[in-house]
Amino acid sequence: MEFTLKTFIFYGFALMTIASALAVVTVRNIVHAAFALMVTLFGVAGLYVFLQADFLAATQVIVYVGGILVLILFGVMMTSGRLEMRIHIERGQLLLGGGISLALLMLLLTVIANTPIWKNLTDDGTQLAPTTERIGQLILNEKFLLPFEVVSVLLLVALIGAALISRKEVRD
Amino acid sequence: MEINLLEQIVIPIIKILFIAHLLIIGVMAMIWSERRVSGWMQDRLGPNRVGPQGLLQPIADGIKFLFKEDLIPNHVDKPLYVLAPAMLLVPAMITIAVVPFGSSITIPGLENPILLQIADINIGILFILAITSLGVYGVVIGAWASNNKYSLLGGLRSSAQMISYELTLGLAIIGVLMLSSSLSLRTIAVEQGAYPWKWNFLIHFPAFLAFTTAMFAETNRLPFDLAEAEQELVAGYHTEYSSMKFAIFFMAEYMNMIVGSAVVVTLFLGGWHFFGLENVGGEGSILAGLISFAIFFIKTGIFLFVFIWVRWTLPRFRYDQLMNFGWKFLLPVTLTSIVVTGTLWVVVKENKQLWIGIGNVVAAFIVVAIVAGMLAMDNNSKSAVQSTPAAAPLRGLDAVE
Amino acid sequence: MLIDYLPIVFLGVFAVLFAAVNLSLTHLLGPKKPTRVKLSVYESGVQPVGDARQRFSIRFDLIAMLFIIFDIEVVFLYPWAVVFKTFAENEGSGLFILIEMLVFIGILLLGYIYAWRKGGLTWD
Repeated sequence: MEFTLKTFIFYGFALMTIASALAVVTVRNIVHAAFALMVTLFGVAGLYVFLQADFLAATQVIVYVGGILVLILFGVMMTSGRLEMRIHIERGQLLLGGGISLALLMLLLTVIANTPIWKNLTDDGTQLAPTTERIGQLILNEKFLLPFEVVSVLLLVALIGAALISRKEVRD
Repeated sequence: MEINLLEQIVIPIIKILFIAHLLIIGVMAMIWSERRVSGWMQDRLGPNRVGPQGLLQPIADGIKFLFKEDLIPNHVDKPLYVLAPAMLLVPAMITIAVVPFGSSITIPGLENPILLQIADINIGILFILAITSLGVYGVVIGAWASNNKYSLLGGLRSSAQMISYELTLGLAIIGVLMLSSSLSLRTIAVEQGAYPWKWNFLIHFPAFLAFTTAMFAETNRLPFDLAEAEQELVAGYHTEYSSMKFAIFFMAEYMNMIVGSAVVVTLFLGGWHFFGLENVGGEGSILAGLISFAIFFIKTGIFLFVFIWVRWTLPRFRYDQLMNFGWKFLLPVTLTSIVVTGTLWVVVKENKQLWIGIGNVVAAFIVVAIVAGMLAMDNNSKSAVQSTPAAAPLRGLDAVE
Repeated sequence: MLIDYLPIVFLGVFAVLFAAVNLSLTHLLGPKKPTRVKLSVYESGVQPVGDARQRFSIRFDLIAMLFIIFDIEVVFLYPWAVVFKTFAENEGSGLFILIEMLVFIGILLLGYIYAWRKGGLTWD
């Protein structure tokens, strides 16, 4: 494989993602783990850019890093008393977890092997159509119109759930 | 993929060095002008001893910060405590990358004209929103790592405020995107053209006000500086910071202001265009490029003055007022703006932009009236139950029980 | 397309270096005279009581939850907004794209009003 600036930056992002993902599961302090998760999610966004999915990369950062991880961080900071976690793992759980991880790995490998675009995706510097427009046209076609509207119902359910939680708090 | 060394490596690096240094000098100029303009507005002098008119004061401050004791208190979480200022500064600096600060310059011998912009990417405005959302971490992590009650309260307040107003930031630009059909900041600026009555701030006036307000909140400036309300929280999330680490928090705040102003100028105020000056010296000449840059620079400067002006004009919000304002006023107003813009664009056949401009303002007035009416009704029913309204502002402080 | 992002990587490197240089310079140049009082928690001169990292109001968590929901909505609006004008040029599809988005926003507006009436948006 040719070692260019592009591959150098790619490996930088890949290393960042994997190293921080490892840190998420190995670090004892849970706030440190949450911070490492931020680096992981950001690294994944960088990898999306390499896949020419620019809209997805921005969305990844806006929703996951800017929203969901803030929620996780708030939650983690609320469990203040127990920062240092020492989790004792049973052997049965270890086997079960290992099995599931292995199955997921196999699934991912099959997806990678069977993705046709993956094999002949070369970046020759040509301008592809911006992904945002393509996504916009897709969600307005018959194909993804229903899922698109269903998403809003899903968000509505989440919104009602969140409002109910707050209602409980007010009553207390 | 062939990389053209000169055009794709050397010229971008020159542009980056130029803009990054301009940003750092801009921060210094902002610190100086904030103190001098404050002095002028309050009928006092402000710093005027170091250099002519006190111009060298920020440099003296910087040197002083460097030679201050770099104190790391015992109770802090050391790695995150040191990382937090950088977590705020780096996003603040990177956002400038996609803002176009001028038209383009054609230099003979080069294949492509040089865009006066560090990176013209398709998803420009989303990039800015994404990187801005990273700024929350500097605040939360800094506050948590400090392990100080003031810091934690300030950090929590600030982060909740930042994410609330980020929504407004995201929603307010959708009307603009609908009419420009692009997420690239350069395209948005070009679409607006040179004449002020075609700029987006007239077409989307409520969205423009909402975006500006949200930007004030994002940068933690008065009237939204509850995170560092001196009377309550000492200095908020950077209470435990000293030396250059403290200064970096400040620099990040000023950089956010500068970049934010530049984004507003690009999205709503026509970018580098101004009528009468659009083609001086011919398309793509160096003179035209410089003039476009000067126009952009002046517009951003005027907007930055507004930042200082507002600071000494408006008092600070109360925290519940701040959250209610964001969630109950700005959110419906920006949502209505999207609906009105879409409907009028499809329904009206002629003078679309004029009608959208009028419709947006009218609709915003109606929404604000409805919301104000609902809030008044809420307050009436609440005051019947709750006899001590004075308890409300204290609740914010009681958040950490 | 990828080449467009290269300057951003450069700028990122520059920003990180700038922050790192500043942080380490002040560490190297400043004096080091720590005292016990200087290194303790700042609580306006009063002896610090208890740990700062205590539980705080669930309101902050709730705001973050509501933020995520509306944030996802906004993200769905971007692709729609970008193609809005091209669709609106044709007579039929203009109305169609408008109604589609009105339904999307309308459903969420129901949730917004519900959350408001339930007191989810009120900070008191």
